[in-house]
Amino acid sequence: MSDTRREKSSSPASPAPRGGKAIGRASDRGGSVERPIDPERAARRRFRVDESTRVPVLTFFTGGAFWLLAGSILALLASIKLHTPEFLDGASWLTFGRVRPAHLNTMIYGWASPTGIGVILWLTARLAKAELRFPRLLVAAAVVWNVAVLWGTIGILRGEGTSIEWIEFPPYVPPLLVLAFSIVALSVATTFHDRGEAHVYVSQWYIFGAIFWFPWLYTVVELLMVYRPMAGSPQASVNWWFAHNVLGLWLTPIGLATIYYLIPKVLGRPVHSYYLSIVGFWSLALFYNWAGAHHLIGGPVPAWLVTVSIVASMMMLIPVGTVAINHHFTMVGRFAILKYSPTLRFIVFGAMSYTAVSVQGSFQSLRDWNEVTHFTHYTIAHAHLGVYSFFTMTMFGALYYIMPRLTRWEWASARLIRVHFWGTAGGMAIYWIGLTWGGVLQGAAMNDPKVPFLDIVKMMIPYLWSRSLAGVLMTTGHVAFAALFTMNMLHLGKRRYEPTLLDDPREYARLIASPPAWEETPAS
Amino acid sequence: MNHAATIFVGVMLTFASAWLGLVFLPYVQLGNIEPAAIEGSTDAYPKPLGGLAARGRGVYIAGGCVYCHTQQIRPEGFGADIERGWGPRRTVARDYMYDRPHLMGTNRTGPDLANIGARQPSSKWHHLHLYNPRITSPGSVMPSFRYLYEKRKITGERSRLALELPEEWKPESGYEIVPTDEALALVAYLQALDHTTPLKEAETP
Repeated sequence: MSDTRREKSSSPASPAPRGGKAIGRASDRGGSVERPIDPERAARRRFRVDESTRVPVLTFFTGGAFWLLAGSILALLASIKLHTPEFLDGASWLTFGRVRPAHLNTMIYGWASPTGIGVILWLTARLAKAELRFPRLLVAAAVVWNVAVLWGTIGILRGEGTSIEWIEFPPYVPPLLVLAFSIVALSVATTFHDRGEAHVYVSQWYIFGAIFWFPWLYTVVELLMVYRPMAGSPQASVNWWFAHNVLGLWLTPIGLATIYYLIPKVLGRPVHSYYLSIVGFWSLALFYNWAGAHHLIGGPVPAWLVTVSIVASMMMLIPVGTVAINHHFTMVGRFAILKYSPTLRFIVFGAMSYTAVSVQGSFQSLRDWNEVTHFTHYTIAHAHLGVYSFFTMTMFGALYYIMPRLTRWEWASARLIRVHFWGTAGGMAIYWIGLTWGGVLQGAAMNDPKVPFLDIVKMMIPYLWSRSLAGVLMTTGHVAFAALFTMNMLHLGKRRYEPTLLDDPREYARLIASPPAWEETPAS
Repeated sequence: MNHAATIFVGVMLTFASAWLGLVFLPYVQLGNIEPAAIEGSTDAYPKPLGGLAARGRGVYIAGGCVYCHTQQIRPEGFGADIERGWGPRRTVARDYMYDRPHLMGTNRTGPDLANIGARQPSSKWHHLHLYNPRITSPGSVMPSFRYLYEKRKITGERSRLALELPEEWKPESGYEIVPTDEALALVAYLQALDHTTPLKEAETP
């Protein structure tokens, strides 16, 4: 029996669309005996597990949805100010240098992290087949977290921000975030310990990593840069070790855990290869960690540091390649389902963006290319390809899957889901193309000392407009999403008894039920 | 398969390795740098910022200047920082020894400011430029920092500090624009930004 097959038979994500079959029992722990599983009992159990996550997870999601809108408005303000500096320029709290970090921090700590935490909590309970521990404390944690983000955002707008990229919240905010996060970590660890399933699924590795890495990154950077700051040059290294790893070791593992769970779940087929997922995980853990100093090429830091980070960045091709192959071969033959399932459409968009952003990132770290793109809008496009196109789109996919199972209410409108998808996907495409192309021109011009600086500023204006246009499209998508979210929470709209799909449900059911033509026949 | 322990140890080791490389070793290598003696003088470089400039650094941070302006000169042959006249030499770790937090920046929507004090010593220029960047630099997209300036009714004599604005930017007659303490501090900081002192670890091309 090959490992791929073993993975198939024991994976918690093996074929089990809603009401499906493969769910284990507490008594299965440690045993390799295959028992027939009673689908009724399994469904009831899954319902109980989901139920235990309902209030805390929905609380985290609601905060996330709020900050997504707030962060979008801040983003639009910042974007417009860069091509039309007179726009709302009177007040200190609306100056570009405050609105921009307020945007970044609301998106990272207000939208991305709490939404990711919600998904982690739900996945942890699901994969452990155990009820979520400390639900009430978790609700308190969500409240503390959101109050902290609100307080911090107001602080930045008041001019109390630290100007340290990715940790701009004033010094009174981090202890609250750490407190709230400790509760989350405690709940995840104890729920994992209670697990009624011996097998540790690949999503759980990533969750494990994220839960462990984030608090370390965050407390170390706050200590060494804010509370007991080191001297300037090593600070820069710590700054980018942190900022790069917030994406790489916090958001990325959450995104990958989600993708690893939901693609197989929606398709009703196991992950392509167990071994590839092992290689992918460990190479990510090792190389992503080291990549941060590529933000300092040419900067006043030791040359060895930068070189090591460039090497690590190139090595990232290994985890990215393995994950891409694994997801692609899980999907292969089933791409038609993207027409129907909102979850799968967002998730696959996210998964493909992960490959794109990582490959781009690896090559961007090479000295020759970095010489052009460093300090330009190209980097901003790259960051959005990671945090938005990969992570945020993946979270949207997860919300489309998880929310109806918690609210017991299907999504109100397929049309709004389409607006959401095309607004965000189209907006992201314009965003990336505009700023990437503009950034290369900007960098090339900047490296030519004959071009006066102000000419470069003027040359960038149309590209900056393209970003504002993209921002309007993305925000439209977010408003559609927020409307869907609110209707779902409040049980508004017509009651539906089937999942809301983007195309003919009968056709979808037929596709899901039939294996693709090339599917392997059992070896004789 | 139950790999909980393996995952825990692995996750800890990978994290610790990068922490050692990107946090601890740079600290050991660069955390205890001392000022360098300047040849032919009893002075040392760098010096901590003076009171007003140090306050101005706070204004720089509060305004988020770092999001569009870097403070680092890349070496010759890597970019055109030196050719553009942004500095006579690359900046090195010693230049930043008193910077808490560092303000090296990652974006050049505006030009580098590592040596703006040496390149643009005039406080008059800085005040006009901060009040509205379009006065001194037509086409600039820098925000106006009007909120650092006060419009005051002239009572008696004009203030010594009042901005000498060109006709189209002037307030109505009988009024003047004067910098607040914050604006004065910010300009003192910008004037203090000067990393032109030669250092032996950074060759001057």
